Amino acid sequence: MNTFFFGIYPYIAIAVCLIGCWARFDRDQYTWKAGSSQLLRTRNFRIASNLFHVGILFILAGHFVGLLTPASIYHHVISTEAKQLLAMVSGGFFGLVCLAGLCMLILRRMQDPRIRNTGSKGDLTLLLLLLAQLLLGLGTIVASTQHLDGSVMVMLADWAQYIVTLQGGAAASAIEPVGFIYKLHVVLGMTLILLVPFTRLVHVISAPVWYLGRRYQVVRQKTAQR
Amino acid sequence: MKIRSQIGMVLNLDKCIGCHTCSVTCKNVWTSREGMEYAWFNNVETKPGVGYPNEWENQKKWKGGWERKSDGTLQPRIGGKLKVLGNIFANPDLPQIDDYYEPFTFDYQNLHTAPDSKHQPTARPRSLISGERMQKIETGPNWEEILGGEFSKRSKDQNFENVQKDIYGQFENTFMMYLPRLCEHCLNPTCAAACPSGAIYKREEDGIVLIDQDKCRGWRMCISGCPYKKIYYNWKSGKSEKCILCYPRIEAGLPTVCSETCVGRIRYLGVLLYDADRIKEVAASGSEQDLYEKQLEIFLDPFDDRIIAQAKKDGIPDSVITAAQQSPVYKMAVDWKLALPLHPEYRTLPMVWYVPPLSPIQSAHEAGHIGSSGVIPDVKSLRIPVKYLANLLTAGDERPVVRALERMLAMRAYMRASQVEGVKDLAVLEQAGLSESQALEMYRYLAIANYEDRFVIPTSHREEALAAFPERGGCGFTFGNGCSDGNSEVNMFGGRKTNSAIIKTWNME
Repeated sequence: MNTFFFGIYPYIAIAVCLIGCWARFDRDQYTWKAGSSQLLRTRNFRIASNLFHVGILFILAGHFVGLLTPASIYHHVISTEAKQLLAMVSGGFFGLVCLAGLCMLILRRMQDPRIRNTGSKGDLTLLLLLLAQLLLGLGTIVASTQHLDGSVMVMLADWAQYIVTLQGGAAASAIEPVGFIYKLHVVLGMTLILLVPFTRLVHVISAPVWYLGRRYQVVRQKTAQR
Repeated sequence: MKIRSQIGMVLNLDKCIGCHTCSVTCKNVWTSREGMEYAWFNNVETKPGVGYPNEWENQKKWKGGWERKSDGTLQPRIGGKLKVLGNIFANPDLPQIDDYYEPFTFDYQNLHTAPDSKHQPTARPRSLISGERMQKIETGPNWEEILGGEFSKRSKDQNFENVQKDIYGQFENTFMMYLPRLCEHCLNPTCAAACPSGAIYKREEDGIVLIDQDKCRGWRMCISGCPYKKIYYNWKSGKSEKCILCYPRIEAGLPTVCSETCVGRIRYLGVLLYDADRIKEVAASGSEQDLYEKQLEIFLDPFDDRIIAQAKKDGIPDSVITAAQQSPVYKMAVDWKLALPLHPEYRTLPMVWYVPPLSPIQSAHEAGHIGSSGVIPDVKSLRIPVKYLANLLTAGDERPVVRALERMLAMRAYMRASQVEGVKDLAVLEQAGLSESQALEMYRYLAIANYEDRFVIPTSHREEALAAFPERGGCGFTFGNGCSDGNSEVNMFGGRKTNSAIIKTWNME
């Protein structure tokens, strides 16, 4: 069980995500979009959407940096205990920011007849899954107050680093001792990665950062299809 | 100099009767789909009025178009690139669908199924967005038809700037006009500049501005960028859509649907050659009132030998150059200076131009509000409509509007004298700065308006852009997924596109 969920399932999720996104981009790019419903109801949307996005982007960045930076590197800057505290405080703050926005978006999607009736079940399901994941994540902060020595954090980081270095077996045994809530959070996280190509989450990949570098006007010639 | 060609349009507002045939035929062809019910690529507004969507000309509210910074460079009014990206989670300048109108249908079935009752059954409105009952239809795409609604609401019209509204009130009964609107296919489109994905592009061959539906990610900045509010977010597909100037028809040498079906024959389509290297400089002209004259400068004389040589060097086909020489748009905009751009102060260098309407002046003349200088009504004495038209068409500069109106009046007076009285009244033409041959040509184009004169559209040269050899083996009857060949060059299953060729046996230079 442990080996499957923490040594094999991550690779299934990542593989489905990569190949699925490739297939969707190639075969059905018309469906690749942010899927905004702002046009239909702008009321409270600015605050809700900004809270949600700012929160979740910080959390995602925090996970990447926090889990994948090897201890030998971050020890130059910060001790394990301090790093855990930093993660709990900043993650907790932005988690709450994200939670506020997410709850507003979910209520909007369920209560506003325009959004409810034009939106898809998939969109609502996705928001509810994100809510569950966020609550689990915030729950792990509470659980972490019981062990402030950073040991669990190190185990999770080891797991993540074994996963990205393709050592599934070692990864599964590294994560074995952590509490159930952490494991649930990891499995649901992997599931969200697996779902990326089948939901509007694909718009994350298209974050148009290169807009900053392009010229204002785009001119196209009819090009030869060869 | 880099010469490009552009299909431009001129609308002769003097002859627009506000019948909405253009809007309806366009709707039927392009936007009669769920997600786009509220969108009208072409709509006709009654002016004065706030228009569709609500107060679209109020750029303090919607922040469309460009803004000239103190250092003389241009930036979209919604903000620079960083600000645009910063607003990407929620666009603060996005209209809500109610600013257009909530699309609706009626419960027609109730007329069939209602039980026997004392009163006639009714078909009550129902929202096409939420599917729920609408108690009252608050607005529509043409809510101010023939000056409908209260004056207090209509007078929010931005073109009343520098016009005392109460004075205008006296003219209410004599001043009204129709304004058909579509995408301007600008030389300097703000929609394209605002698109974070770079999905909006201008076609080099004909200047048509299009949204790549595959590359659009629905960040919806273009909707705010466009000062004419002519980009619509399809709430169903999550992509933005806009007028495509009926490019499949244009490529085949046919006029757009709105032009083809115009019963008043007010629309003209033709080629203009312009210098693409000067776009930035012209759009950033210091004074807003200079923009009209500056834009005229960017258009090139298609009869000039040096221009023709350069155009050929820049790859413009001979058929396009010939079309530019016969272009009704060039004649009306550049030669006769009758057609004027819509709101040049937005700095987008719009390419759908308008001949200002004479009818309000003529009717004011008949109502005795206006004197005459000779046979011609004295246009300048009717200050309010002229100022209004100038705010609409020339960033407030009244001279080009007066010139255009006087030329039309002079042509009419000349033709009336020659047809009815049998005299050649050259003095009246001289007064308006027209030659006799110009007046006769104006008569032909404006009054007779033959199909061949109105639409001079070169067919596109697909054979030069597309390799014909693999096309013949492309879609039609095909195997597997052959007809939907995706977008990217790499195929995840290692397949090859049926309409491409590995071994090239033709030369595509």
